[in-house]
Amino acid sequence: MKETALSAVHTELGAKMVPFAGYNMPVSYAGLKHEHEVVRTKVGVFDVSHMGEFFVKGEHAEALLQKVTSNDVSKLVPGKAQYSYLPNDTGGVVDDLIIYKIADDNFLLVVNASNIEKDWNWISSKNDVGAEMVDESDDWSLLAIQGPKASEAMQSLTSVDLKTIKFYTFEINEFAGVNDVIISATGYTGSGGFEIYVKNKDVKKVWEKVLEAGADFGIEPIGLGARDTLRLEMGFCLYGNDIDETTSPLEAGLGWITKFTKDFTNSEALKAEKEAGIKNKLVGFELIDKGIPRQGYPIQNAEGEEIGRVTSGTMSPSLNKAIGMGYVPIDVAKETGEIYIGVRKKSLKAQIVKPPFYKG
Amino acid sequence: MNIPENLKYTKDHEWCLIEDDVVTIGVTDFAQSELGDIVFVEVETEGEELDREEVFGSVEAVKTVSDLFMPVAGEVIQFNEELESNPELVNSDPYGEGWMIKVKVSDKDGLDDLLSSADYKELIGK
Repeated sequence: MKETALSAVHTELGAKMVPFAGYNMPVSYAGLKHEHEVVRTKVGVFDVSHMGEFFVKGEHAEALLQKVTSNDVSKLVPGKAQYSYLPNDTGGVVDDLIIYKIADDNFLLVVNASNIEKDWNWISSKNDVGAEMVDESDDWSLLAIQGPKASEAMQSLTSVDLKTIKFYTFEINEFAGVNDVIISATGYTGSGGFEIYVKNKDVKKVWEKVLEAGADFGIEPIGLGARDTLRLEMGFCLYGNDIDETTSPLEAGLGWITKFTKDFTNSEALKAEKEAGIKNKLVGFELIDKGIPRQGYPIQNAEGEEIGRVTSGTMSPSLNKAIGMGYVPIDVAKETGEIYIGVRKKSLKAQIVKPPFYKG
Repeated sequence: MNIPENLKYTKDHEWCLIEDDVVTIGVTDFAQSELGDIVFVEVETEGEELDREEVFGSVEAVKTVSDLFMPVAGEVIQFNEELESNPELVNSDPYGEGWMIKVKVSDKDGLDDLLSSADYKELIGK
């Protein structure tokens, strides 16, 4: 199992460690619900260094990215980031990712840890345009500093005016005494904040300074458990749960980052799918009856027939309600929205609701 | 890790307080700490006669659900209804207010198979 540059630090802090995507990762420190609350109300720091980092460089970099990703890379300017996905050839999704445009001939791709090798091979196989690709996943650490107090709490660590960095933009500057840090106003929690990319050799120092600078603001380390409940309350897709090689990106609600103004992998088929109308839709739901939906549980109609599957589910710590997401036929998604979730031996009533579940 | 000596234990991380033929059952301190924040305890077997190892309910943490198994055969005579509104008592006081059910034991011989505090301690490697 791989370690991040901070695995030992987490163990020392008393974190509960679990294997995740091949890495020894902290799932919780003081307790999931508490950590969730800290991010929603104050500020928390996550070690998400397991994520993968590829650089795509050279004069043909943009051409390769236009070809393999669904969103329109030509809309990016240096300093801007974009959420996108890699479509496969059969109507599904290889991975979702963030693309950072560092310069006209230099892009950073941040991919899911579980897909690093798969994505690398996939993009390489499509690289007939001569773009230069470098996998630096093992060199970079990533700290997500998330929560309403993130800007204020981290301001003492940098000369960059943090609150002026707009959502999905970034600056490369000095942070916590380290040069050339990527300070990105992105995240996976819905509570605002930053993602900080630093080299492994510097991350221990940065982690310590982040905790020190944030102490007055109530900063705490946050595990992957709360990361999942935070993203699910926002209705953000998790690769492997809500999207995968077999799910349609259009049915998953990723139409907004699917740009048919350009050609890309499988774009003809996706365009035809869109024109014909999607058959299913990824919806959010709240349980009305008492119970908790889990990934893989059946979604049923009033007659008890299975019409879909739960892709993500949890008890929402912020709302104290059981929430979930799953695919249902489009007519069910459009109608009254009353569905049932097969929770072990029982059929529990649920109501389709439009995410985000947590509205701040 | 708190493992009181006056209780008996199972490999499923449950504890039993034996008072004549009535056994109070809950999950151990180790179990609650492994599960994390408990958000739902479901027991719908009150009044039922169950065999040893049968499922009497389930306990759900934010991320996981686990079945609860009968440590002994008997009738489930009481469920701790306080857990319906305050499931977190299982985390804060696993051996006290976080108790789950009381069982009227049908075969007292089964009690001999339960683990002692020392055996359980060894099982979880503490």
